[in-house]
Amino acid sequence: MIEAEFRPHIGVLAIQGDYAAHAAALAEAGAIPSLVKTPEELRLDGQSLDGLILPGGESTTMLKFLERHGLFEALKEFCGMKPVFGTCAGVILLAREVRNPVQRSLGALDAVVDRNAYGRQVDSAILHAETTLPGGPLEMVFIRAPRIARIGPDVEPLAFREGAPTLVRQGSLMAATFHPELSLDRRVHRLFVEMVKTAKTAKAARAR
Amino acid sequence: MPEQTGNSEFAGAFTGTSLRLKVGLAEMLKGGVIMDVMNVEQARIAEEAGAASVMALERVPAMIRAEGGVARMAKPGLIKQIIQAVSIPVMAKARIGHFAEAQILQEIGVDFIDESEVLTPADETHHIDKHAFTTPFVCGARNLGEALRRIAEGAAMIRTKGEAGTGDVVHAVQHMRQIVKEMKALTVLSEQELYHAAKELQAPYELVRMVAQTGKLPVPNFSAGGIATPADAALMMQLGAEAIFVGSGIFMKERATPLDVEHDPKEREEAVSRAKAIVIATTHYNDPKILTEVSEQVTGTMKGLAAAAIDESQLLQTRGW
Repeated sequence: MIEAEFRPHIGVLAIQGDYAAHAAALAEAGAIPSLVKTPEELRLDGQSLDGLILPGGESTTMLKFLERHGLFEALKEFCGMKPVFGTCAGVILLAREVRNPVQRSLGALDAVVDRNAYGRQVDSAILHAETTLPGGPLEMVFIRAPRIARIGPDVEPLAFREGAPTLVRQGSLMAATFHPELSLDRRVHRLFVEMVKTAKTAKAARAR
Repeated sequence: MPEQTGNSEFAGAFTGTSLRLKVGLAEMLKGGVIMDVMNVEQARIAEEAGAASVMALERVPAMIRAEGGVARMAKPGLIKQIIQAVSIPVMAKARIGHFAEAQILQEIGVDFIDESEVLTPADETHHIDKHAFTTPFVCGARNLGEALRRIAEGAAMIRTKGEAGTGDVVHAVQHMRQIVKEMKALTVLSEQELYHAAKELQAPYELVRMVAQTGKLPVPNFSAGGIATPADAALMMQLGAEAIFVGSGIFMKERATPLDVEHDPKEREEAVSRAKAIVIATTHYNDPKILTEVSEQVTGTMKGLAAAAIDESQLLQTRGW
């Protein structure tokens, strides 16, 4: 199997936020990370990135850059073609609908997301919860976290906090309202790297 | 037990839940700009321009410097108004050693407390015991020893002090270069030599050892103090800053006169142009093409005050011990 050796090339949107933590986590999970700031760095043609992470940070800050530099359309297109994983602010960017306050989003993930739903920084918390991922309970680091208030029929929840999904998957999209990049447990990033490998293999098979 | 295969510096440095959450928020602010704001309208402009956070205060450093008097924590009512007005994190300053001001700021719900030399110090020997708080703290530093003493006290973020309220970047540069140089020097020392280095730095050995192993501070390292233009922000980022604090650089016209963003549309536009340009420059700090574009778009810059012309006794950066 050549797949065992294959290290996919995964970008991390590096406008603002904890992109460095994601890049380190991706390297540990068997991918080659690179930082993406411009539409050119996404390179949507043949030799492009195999997947992308939208990191934690301030979604309003990221949105300004998306709107100013033609990144919005490029990211939207990328979400339709390749696996994308959003954490915290990244979930807000991916959602179909954002509330508190209402703001623009890519609309790729069939979910309604409330910003700052658990309160301010003093309400940030590290919790352990059951997950459908193999390997037992998952540590979840919530920092001024959003809440997924509603999900569509094609969205599969993989972990919960007080009944609200915290880790979800929809086709080749994944989203976490917490920060797996700030934990030592690499299961979530490894799952995403596997999704990226699967998508790439499937695409190569179709091309043949 | 869940598998613990990661070896990331982002989770490994600290094990305490509280400190991990504090440093976690600092991680989220990386690559961003934290802007000083004195009212709701300025806070809205900052958020609209793409600031990652705002610092609520009654007078920006340039005004404190010009007007004198005792500079204290901002009034709770003002901080609450700003918290209501924006969705991004809100910071506020407490005087050095003034833990009661910090208790009030935590109660209000600010997301980060800046134990700041810009305000008049309340204690000339002790800093706040920052471990005693749930709210994270940022502290200023001019050198590695000072940075590590603050981290030992519980700071979750360090910023260079620079010389606040001047619009002169020279001391921010000096302090960043100093900290980076001292960190590099530690990485080549032997185990034996680290004990002596800790003594020289007047900092805890465990923290000195951590820096020697990674070549980095164990918490994010931001830059502040005199950053006034997009080029200044890019300079500090290229020198190793992980995010930028801008104080007087966005909303000041003359030395002690702020732009009238509430009534004068032209002056509002000027503030917006400066704020946007610094935000873009901080993200694209190593792209001269984008830096040129945004520098062109700025209308006006704070007049500033050469730091070299300031009498030693008037420097803010020497506060902190």
